Amino acid sequence: MHRVKVRVVEDALDANNTIAKANREDFDRHGVTVVNLMSAPGAGKTTLLERVLGPGMPGLRTGVLEGDVQGSLDADRLAHLHVNVTQLNTGGGFGGECHLDANMVRSALPAVGLEDLDLLIIENVGNLVCPAEFRVGEDVRMMVSSVAEGADKPLKYPLMFRACELVVLNKIDLLPYVDFDLEKFRYWVDQVHPGVAVMETSARTGEGVDELRAWLATLPERAGAAV
Amino acid sequence: MHEMSIASAVLDTAARHAAGRRVTVVRVRAGQLRQVVPDSLAFYIELLGRGGPCEGARLEMEVVPARLRCAPCARDWAIDVPAFRCPQCGGAEVSVLAGEELEVESIEVEQESTACTA
Repeated sequence: MHRVKVRVVEDALDANNTIAKANREDFDRHGVTVVNLMSAPGAGKTTLLERVLGPGMPGLRTGVLEGDVQGSLDADRLAHLHVNVTQLNTGGGFGGECHLDANMVRSALPAVGLEDLDLLIIENVGNLVCPAEFRVGEDVRMMVSSVAEGADKPLKYPLMFRACELVVLNKIDLLPYVDFDLEKFRYWVDQVHPGVAVMETSARTGEGVDELRAWLATLPERAGAAV
Repeated sequence: MHEMSIASAVLDTAARHAAGRRVTVVRVRAGQLRQVVPDSLAFYIELLGRGGPCEGARLEMEVVPARLRCAPCARDWAIDVPAFRCPQCGGAEVSVLAGEELEVESIEVEQESTACTA
């Protein structure tokens, strides 16, 4: 028995990226624009979705793929809206993963029904670290940060802030009650990801939600133009 | 915490290239910007590798320092904090030359010695 060196030189996430590409081809074939929505737990992803999708998205058949480790609490909250909601539990055969990967999303596609959609929002598992590493075939990635989390988050989680095309700062109704330095947050977001779009919202009061709705509503045109 | 997910991906890649042979060393190149903690990755490689071809394999991880380049200023520099604007012109036309790698560089495997080694 002897030892042999085997040259590999392969991106560790190649296998995931290959499946993500297959997902993307399916999305494109069906003309579906896909958003990967990410944040820390409790930043307000689901509440924002309720606000954003509540009035309906005119002319856009919209679906949500809810990623959670366990349970269907979030999907239940969205069930009364005029959207297609599909629950994807990472605990169901995927080992309770802390993020969605391309293969999990692929396995959920038959239930999602791409032929009935124009816009699909994939709500990732609440986590500021792992979801940034795993593409799932999305057109764009947006993250939600909240004023309750602190202004230093871009510095601590640069991978996530750099992975996104849009950063939404949520819970701005809490600004009078927390020590959140908005200028510092904006400065660090711009340093970590120069030029990235930033919006401020309150899912509670509805402030800034129209701007986010407009961003989502024009996404299919913009994504189409980019292809 | 993403070390567990990364370890799993690294192990899959290593096992595929090992093609049935036992793996003794896994060499990973991880860019500084990927924020991979070496001890944590080694821990998960050991833990998740049990019962597979990489059981007992040693992780050798090289951290690739981050280097950025500003095209208009024609200069490049190293960074410690994740600030991606050019410190000279303040511009955003900055590209990452190195520091975003996450690759399995090579593995070492055990192979049956054959009679004709000459």
